[in-house]
Amino acid sequence: MKTNSKAVMTGTHILIGNEACIEGAFYAGCRFLAAYPIEPAIETIERYLKRSADVGATFIQMEDEISALAAVIGASWTGKKSLTVTSGPGFSNMMEHLGLGVMLETPCVIIDVQRAGPALGIPNRVGQADMMQARWGSHGDYEVITLAPSSPQEMFDFTIKAFNFSEKYRTPVIVISDEYVAHKKEKVIIPLADGIKITPRRYFKGQKDKYLPFKRDKDFVPRMVDIGEGFKFHVTGLTHDDKGYPIMLEECQEYNVHPILWKIRNHVDEIIEFQETGTEDAEIVIVYYGATSEVALKAIKQARDLGIKVGGLKLDVVWPFPDKKIAELAEKVKAFVVPEINYGQIVSEVERCSYGNANVVFLSHGEKGIDNADDLVSAIKLALKEEKIKKGIIEYQNQAGRA
Amino acid sequence: MGTLKKAEKDIHPMDDLLRMDRIPHIWCPGCGIGTAVTAFAAGLAKAEIDLKKTCIVSGIGCTGRVAGYVKLDSFHTTHGRGIAFATGIQVANPDLKVIVFSGDGDLISIGGNHFIHAARRNVNMLVICINNFIYAMTGGQVAPTTPLATYATTSPFGCVEPPFNIPYLADSSGAVYVARWTALHVRRLTNSIAEALKKPGFSVIEVISPCAMYYSRINRLGDGLDMMKFYHDNTEIRHGEDTKNLDIGFQTKITVGKFVDRERPTYMDSYNKWLSGTKKD
Repeated sequence: MKTNSKAVMTGTHILIGNEACIEGAFYAGCRFLAAYPIEPAIETIERYLKRSADVGATFIQMEDEISALAAVIGASWTGKKSLTVTSGPGFSNMMEHLGLGVMLETPCVIIDVQRAGPALGIPNRVGQADMMQARWGSHGDYEVITLAPSSPQEMFDFTIKAFNFSEKYRTPVIVISDEYVAHKKEKVIIPLADGIKITPRRYFKGQKDKYLPFKRDKDFVPRMVDIGEGFKFHVTGLTHDDKGYPIMLEECQEYNVHPILWKIRNHVDEIIEFQETGTEDAEIVIVYYGATSEVALKAIKQARDLGIKVGGLKLDVVWPFPDKKIAELAEKVKAFVVPEINYGQIVSEVERCSYGNANVVFLSHGEKGIDNADDLVSAIKLALKEEKIKKGIIEYQNQAGRA
Repeated sequence: MGTLKKAEKDIHPMDDLLRMDRIPHIWCPGCGIGTAVTAFAAGLAKAEIDLKKTCIVSGIGCTGRVAGYVKLDSFHTTHGRGIAFATGIQVANPDLKVIVFSGDGDLISIGGNHFIHAARRNVNMLVICINNFIYAMTGGQVAPTTPLATYATTSPFGCVEPPFNIPYLADSSGAVYVARWTALHVRRLTNSIAEALKKPGFSVIEVISPCAMYYSRINRLGDGLDMMKFYHDNTEIRHGEDTKNLDIGFQTKITVGKFVDRERPTYMDSYNKWLSGTKKD
């Protein structure tokens, strides 16, 4: 990757999340963006184009999101770190090539700025209902690393992390943001160009005729080469062997797909990241991510002021899910409270991982719940009141009659 | 032959261009795709372009398998998205020449949107579209190129939809080079491929090809050889013909030739022009 001093805007800036995301991409070495315009992700494309001439980065506006991700995967094979940005409806379109990216084991990053759904929903209003789609949206078995930033600074940091993960594990990585975080304007600190470690592409360095595109090292991660270097390699979205040739046998299905999953599963401890707030003595733990992070911290403070021992677990990496951490906490705490701007997605994962050792209270809230912690504090009180372990998820009925 | 050493005897002139470790291929006896691949390999050799900087992308279907047999950097991608994938490659590294080799169903039906937009942008790539009038890999379903009244498994009473005229679609969308040949016109197809490979911009070559297994069988047109005989008797070479006049009916005369050869700035030409303008300011 060519070094370019203009790519890294070292200093302190006031940026919205979408702009910070692009600064993170440039910092990580991203030089290709293919996208289709969509609210509320549009500022990412605008920021990219404002800076692309200086940075030496290429952009193409594709005819739809299907082709946008297809172009990104193709571009990645030329050696350019590649990115696409979208929101829910476009994210649905991208599910086809999320699977192709996984099968061709192509590093790339997808930014999904969630909006209210389903279908068209409200284009410029916040939602968090694509969480399960990120994990399960494409057909077939796959693992996908997904990061959920909660502020413009995290949009910057997590986009860099996403590129690093994608190169390290040779796989598509999703940054799942939301309208609130994407449009929030805050201070973003961009360090010096060598301040954050950037994972370079893991290239094959042997003889030209010895390259096997899916020959794995002990980490299960195969090496890459660029198009145009004379390797004359072949890759296919069909089930394939090390050479990338299609083999239509069940044995090959296992040989091919098992390592694609386990190259992530074997490294969950290195991938999973979360932030804990006062969980040491907590009776109740709020599990949150993205837009709900601010209100969760506010609720923790309010509840602590009332003398309730509340802690917080903020999920930085949502997929793979921190199963072990939730299970550990479930043995210590009385209940989890999970606020989400959807009708129940990550809460089911929390319930699954608590193995009946703690109650799980779910608070479904809308945009108003982002800065008003009252409902969340009431949900904490409800969780505290429940003496016995209840089967399933306890739904908190808020004033708006939601949930 | 007796005087040749074994090694010399076993080397085929196209061994360098094909993945011989994958032969035999999957195509049926009488199919025209193999012939088109031979013409393509010969065209590659004839064009004398840097094969290191050449790559091939295919979609899905019988023709979608072509990428897997050609010894270039090659990609077998999703259904209809070969052109979108190739656009990413070409724009990310404009030094590369990209060929998209796929079928009519793949490129014109599910990939129709990508086809017209890549033509409009004039992305530098050569699209070779094998047109066998049917979805063959899935067993003979009606395609957007199936002539009216033709039988297919999903048009048991005859196809009721008018088909696309591929050269007209390519021409009106902005392609700079448009030609049509049949699997019988091997020499002309080879020359056309060699010519188009050197042409910057979006080039389309349609290759009418027999599907002996489904199209001919369902419509009782005989085997692959009978189809070739039909092409022999019913094709007419008319270079420069207006692409509007290139509709194909069921067993009607087929007009072949080179119809469009024009100059237009490619996507990267325009992009770089814009970029240099930005930098000056």
